[in-house]
Amino acid sequence: MEKFVKITATAVPLPIEDIDTDQIIPARFLKATTREGFGENLFRDWRYDNQNNPKPDFILNNPNYSGQILVAGKNFGCGSSREHAAWAILDYGFKVVISSFFADIFKNNALNNGLLPVQVSEPFLATVFEHIFADKNTQLEVDLEAQTVSIAGTSLSEKFDINQYKKTCLVNGYDDIDYLLALKDKIEAYEKTSKYLSLVGQEQEIEA
Amino acid sequence: MISDKKTLFRKIWDAHVVTSIEDGPDVLYIDRHLIHEVTSPQAFAGLEKRGIGVFRPHNILATADHNVPTKDQHLPIAEPLSRFQVDKLTQNCDKFGVELYGLGHPFQGIVHVIGPELGITLPGMTIVCGDSHTSTHGAFGTIAFGIGTSEVEQVMATQCLMQSKPKTMRINIEGELANGVLSKDIILYIISKISMGGATGYFVEYAGSAIRSLSMEARMTICNMSIEMGARGGLIAPDDITFDYIKGREFAPQGEKYEEAVAYWRTLFTDEGATFDVEYTYDAADITPMITYGTNPGMGIKINEHIPTVADLKEESGKASFEKSLAYMGFNAGDSLIDKPVNYVFIGSCTNSRIEDLRLVADFVKGKHKAANVNAMIVPGSKQVEKQAIAEGLDKILLEAGFELREPGCSACLGMNEDKVPKGEYCVSTSNRNFEGRQGPGARTMLVSPLTAAATAITGKITDVRELLNA
Repeated sequence: MEKFVKITATAVPLPIEDIDTDQIIPARFLKATTREGFGENLFRDWRYDNQNNPKPDFILNNPNYSGQILVAGKNFGCGSSREHAAWAILDYGFKVVISSFFADIFKNNALNNGLLPVQVSEPFLATVFEHIFADKNTQLEVDLEAQTVSIAGTSLSEKFDINQYKKTCLVNGYDDIDYLLALKDKIEAYEKTSKYLSLVGQEQEIEA
Repeated sequence: MISDKKTLFRKIWDAHVVTSIEDGPDVLYIDRHLIHEVTSPQAFAGLEKRGIGVFRPHNILATADHNVPTKDQHLPIAEPLSRFQVDKLTQNCDKFGVELYGLGHPFQGIVHVIGPELGITLPGMTIVCGDSHTSTHGAFGTIAFGIGTSEVEQVMATQCLMQSKPKTMRINIEGELANGVLSKDIILYIISKISMGGATGYFVEYAGSAIRSLSMEARMTICNMSIEMGARGGLIAPDDITFDYIKGREFAPQGEKYEEAVAYWRTLFTDEGATFDVEYTYDAADITPMITYGTNPGMGIKINEHIPTVADLKEESGKASFEKSLAYMGFNAGDSLIDKPVNYVFIGSCTNSRIEDLRLVADFVKGKHKAANVNAMIVPGSKQVEKQAIAEGLDKILLEAGFELREPGCSACLGMNEDKVPKGEYCVSTSNRNFEGRQGPGARTMLVSPLTAAATAITGKITDVRELLNA
């Protein structure tokens, strides 16, 4: 996983609430067996009509807006657990998603892939939208170390929360599996005491 | 003094903590890992890249469900990408020593249908799957939740998962349900009250006399849709209904082991006096047949109510999304949905494709015939459900009523196979999501119970099933 420290970039505004992962990447594009290439179909049905022509009123087709930060309405990433949603957003070129609320599974998936979900207050989100719509060149600064998000050239800034363990992982580019693999002895010790494993008669198999 | 009273959730969680990370998540042991073809290939590839195998292959069970056709399953899958993905699952399971109930296997089916019916899902377990509807298994008193593919890889590599402990919510449904009201209506009612994101960050326990009176199939329907209000999962304390359901199933503990298990399972309940972060109580008598009018499962109303207006919204910020949603559905604020013509009816999915659902529908449509405009599809949840339905003669009743009984799979719930609803068409569906394009690009989904779906298929328009039951 790539390390994440700090980013200053322009942003793409998507002020819609409850954006579900079926919109981020529709199910019919989940048939790939690798993690790459999903960006092409990010927001597929909002981005293209059924003749595959870009829909001019969708923000990703608006030449005025681009950048590494996606700013979206609350409850972003709800619905299906498909990690393909996080892969598609990253593959398209975003490094950060800012919203006032994230769905749990999406948030975990994003963090596990080095895509930073930044949860801000409702008023701050509204302010960010106002600035981006007023000036498409508005730069946002996201500093993971300081846990702050700021609107560049203004004094507007807000702290954001992040699990300290996840922060360490992101800053160093670690993933959970490296950590868990190092705990093998503890996991095996747990298995010897597990109520469930003894009920279904799997304990001998594991000890063997 | 800290209370030693524990919630059911807490009892199971604590029994599975291998270790805790300071200022970080718990390392949770996972008893059972279910996998399918869509969210597993990148996880297997990740193991290969690391040069490691599956840590506990016997704790994993695989099936092919999302991509599979629901017709002619004995033939090779026609769609090349779907075939490739299903073949990839077979190769991976062979290579890594994982049991696979693939196409043609008598136990194949939707992953959340086969676990319970085979006695693989048991009270007190932790269960995960790369699928958000894993919460279904919570009906047995398990901690069951959906995970992403990186987490699938974690569990394959270590049988453990790093998880922060969620907050807890209890939802009590007290009293008796009226005739024609099913557990699907209960959960659509709850989600309409709590909203689509209202339980995010929580694990829900469903309780109360109305819940306790439900069959296991009906309980699974409720727990299945916990994710639709944002909850990681939902669970119900196991009781005699649970133990009777499990007894004698293929992989359930047998004989003395079963007795020992039941003795343990009887300790799995929320202690009197244990507290929840949030608690809601609803009156079962207030619940009627429900239907969704918008593009998320929280946008539900009683079937004879009118679609709300912008003035009814709790938050101003939701206005644009609400209007976008109604425009997509082709509805106006304030409309009634009753008598609206519908050409597609889908009965299936991990929410409502179990034998009890098929029995309810068959019993209702017996001697009736679907309306000429309706395309009515019934997709059983598994080969076992299909076999049972045929043994009971349900297939013939359904066929005579003009319904097509397909072969098992996820089907038109998410349209990864050929089963799609055409652009602009309305579909009354027993599945779990009415998102834009969920059942096919441009498809307009309305979520309902199996009885409301059956009634709508018979009349060809949205129907309050109670009127047909009382007629």
